[in-house]
Amino acid sequence: MSQPFSAAPRIATLFAKIGPALLSVGTLVLAWELYARISRISPTTLPAPSRVLAQAIQQRQALFDNTVPTISATLAGFACSLAVAFILSVLIDFFKPLRRALFPVFIISQTLPLVAIAPLVVLWFGFGLTPKIMLVALVTFFPMLVALVQGYESIDRDISALLSSMGASRMRIFLLARLPSSLPYFFAGLRISITYAVVGAIFAEYAGAAKGLGIYMLNAKNNFRPDLMLAAVLVSALLTLALFAATVLIQRAAAPWERLEGARKP
Amino acid sequence: MSRRLELRQVSKRFGDIDVLADITLHIEPGEFVSILGPSGAGKSTIFSLLTGGLEGHGGDVDFDGRPLADTRRPFAFMPQHDALMPWRTVIGNTALGLEVQGMSRKAARDKVAPLFGEFGLAGFEQKYPAQLSGGMRQRAALLRTVVQDRAMLLLDEPFGALDALTRTGMQRWLQTMWERHRWTVLLITHDVREAVFLSDRIYVLSGRPARVLREIAIPLPHPRKDLASPEASAIEADILDTLLDPQPAQRT
Repeated sequence: MSQPFSAAPRIATLFAKIGPALLSVGTLVLAWELYARISRISPTTLPAPSRVLAQAIQQRQALFDNTVPTISATLAGFACSLAVAFILSVLIDFFKPLRRALFPVFIISQTLPLVAIAPLVVLWFGFGLTPKIMLVALVTFFPMLVALVQGYESIDRDISALLSSMGASRMRIFLLARLPSSLPYFFAGLRISITYAVVGAIFAEYAGAAKGLGIYMLNAKNNFRPDLMLAAVLVSALLTLALFAATVLIQRAAAPWERLEGARKP
Repeated sequence: MSRRLELRQVSKRFGDIDVLADITLHIEPGEFVSILGPSGAGKSTIFSLLTGGLEGHGGDVDFDGRPLADTRRPFAFMPQHDALMPWRTVIGNTALGLEVQGMSRKAARDKVAPLFGEFGLAGFEQKYPAQLSGGMRQRAALLRTVVQDRAMLLLDEPFGALDALTRTGMQRWLQTMWERHRWTVLLITHDVREAVFLSDRIYVLSGRPARVLREIAIPLPHPRKDLASPEASAIEADILDTLLDPQPAQRT
């Protein structure tokens, strides 16, 4: 239901929603700041948050230049992973034995340690965008595939029985019922994988890249600048949060009925 | 006059479990017939055989004098739970059957829209099912069923999930609607009063494996207003005796 057009209650509701999060994060940062100041610990060991923030602002151009390639790698990798996961999920839904044939391979792919696979992919595909896209796709593909396949299976059996009694073909049932049933699962998977995606991109850059947050962190580490390293961490955290918020907004726009349903979420 | 639907000695097994033992029944055009039986007796299995959800059975099924297999989907089916799609608006849900039949989205909605008033859903066209009450959801599901213009309606315990008061209201409403439209209806229920109130005839089934215990005509005149008239109560008591104490002597 749309609320009456007045700003005050909306701001109050917004505050009630994000207030606790702000409070917990604020308390953590404050404790960290106090500890760094009182203990007089060296900034090359543990820089205070105020110093990290100051450095982040001072280095904003360099940080921005290194964030852009990370965002491109994340989004391009994630887009590839989504496309492949969707196509495979449809094939698996129509041809069940495929699931038994492919899932073991994908599960093994999820056990590969990134520490080992990232340098290898860079070795094989160079310092360009390709290895980053591949690594992001590798870490996000399987959660998305599982979410979609499970989502199709979550169809209300009464709805499929109804559609076949109406004479709907297998394809029709998929489009009219199985696909929309998978939406809540799809978005749950999306929210999980999008956080992996940023980490995956940074890891790939860490293993070798011309630019990017990963290589920026590596350089900061090698120059004994934990403040710059944490500044890059701050940027990557904000990036992840922004992507997460985007998925929530997309879900609200794409599935307006879910908020009416309340309980029926995986 | 040819019978609309006729089942002769229909049986069905799942593996080594007999679900339907011997089902013989028929429905005339414009008749309201109920299948009454205990839960889990296989009543819904009969509908699955009719709608093509299950294949392979013993006995014969004829529709309008021809084997059912030769006909093209003569039934509009309303499943036990309303089976409304949460992601479709009410008008989208009610137009579903027409869209599956190949009608364009707009034509289907144009055909359904004028019926919203009669089904007590006016003003709710663009709402989602989650915004409807239980009774409204069932009316929407019934609208989705009848708008398909099939020769016969199959209603599987349509009011089973409703609270008692809403259910009584819906039974009266369905009674009025049927008197106006005279659909050919086969209703599955385990509610004896509902069956007596709505039906021209009732088939009483046994527990699994299901067989027809009795066929009972309900000679009460239409329009029926009272769910618990003395005549109806007498028939009810008789049926309950059959269901709760199915002695071989009564099986005739």
